[in-house]
Amino acid sequence: MTCLTSHMNTVKFFPGQDIIWNRFCIFVRKYLIVLLFGMLMAAPAAQAEYADVVINNRAEAEGMRPVVFPHWFHRLRFTCNVCHPDIFQMKAGSNNITMAEIIEGRFCGKCHNNEIAWAPDQCHRCHSGKPGLEGGFYNGNSAGGPSNNRAGSKRRR
Amino acid sequence: MSVYLCILRLRNCATARVYKMRVQFMLMALLAGVHGNVSADWKSLAEDGIHDPAGPAIEFLQEPREILSLLPNLDAGGAGNQVRWARAIESGAISPRRSRLLPEIPVEVPVLDMDVLLNLRGSMRIVRFPHKVHTMWLACNNCHDEIFKPKIGANNIAMYNILNGEQCGRCHGAVSFPVTECRFCHSVRHPGDTER
Repeated sequence: MTCLTSHMNTVKFFPGQDIIWNRFCIFVRKYLIVLLFGMLMAAPAAQAEYADVVINNRAEAEGMRPVVFPHWFHRLRFTCNVCHPDIFQMKAGSNNITMAEIIEGRFCGKCHNNEIAWAPDQCHRCHSGKPGLEGGFYNGNSAGGPSNNRAGSKRRR
Repeated sequence: MSVYLCILRLRNCATARVYKMRVQFMLMALLAGVHGNVSADWKSLAEDGIHDPAGPAIEFLQEPREILSLLPNLDAGGAGNQVRWARAIESGAISPRRSRLLPEIPVEVPVLDMDVLLNLRGSMRIVRFPHKVHTMWLACNNCHDEIFKPKIGANNIAMYNILNGEQCGRCHGAVSFPVTECRFCHSVRHPGDTER
């Protein structure tokens, strides 16, 4: 950028052009820094919907995508006490969920039984996570802080 | 033109500087909006970082924005789901079922209208714990007696525990509004508090 300014200033078009060029360069440099900083900040952010839970105790080990459980979707339709604490304990990682038990009508199978909600033969609807995700809460839009520091749970921003 | 004159120090540039600052601010806001996560919006499932965009579910699953944007929302950049969940029930925007069984069996989940004031001697404002909005979502056994003993003064509630995901932090910070929203809980002035 400085080379450009010095070349531009070899020809005098009007008085004060060098000051303008120098200021222009400072301006450009400043915004390049802001741009790079912004991209750096935004690139690694996982933006999962708040309270999404990834369940991957055994899914991937058994050749399926991890499960994504969207709290927001379920709480639009049911209050918390429908599932907690009788069906699921309120702590990520503390419910040992297996497909066998779901099919037998426990855990998700309490509703996902083709009576209240669709049956658990629609594998991909739940097993929809990115391969390689760790289990736990993914609170995309919450602010930082260790508020979710619990067993089996990983916070992602 | 005035900016040009200002840069050359040929005229008084108070107004030009103001304009320059405004332009700078607008550019920075634009950059933040494009690249950052400042804007109050709901990511689509394909872009949220946890759903596999190549998976077959993306077509089927409901997008958060589709429905959350219709509910009473927090201000721009709001925390959590950016939804005022209790207000969503009170306003009738949603009426989540209290029982999973169909036809709905009326379940006796009492709504308890009792406020508990906490943090009476702390430096932060007093916490008003409203049983009412909590019993709209929860039954007694969600919290009592495992998480909170139903006795005033029997629970050593501390922000340290809450931030570690215990006590209020079992839900707040995980599912319900996060603990960054200090004033949602610390809402009642101490007697004689004249600060804003």
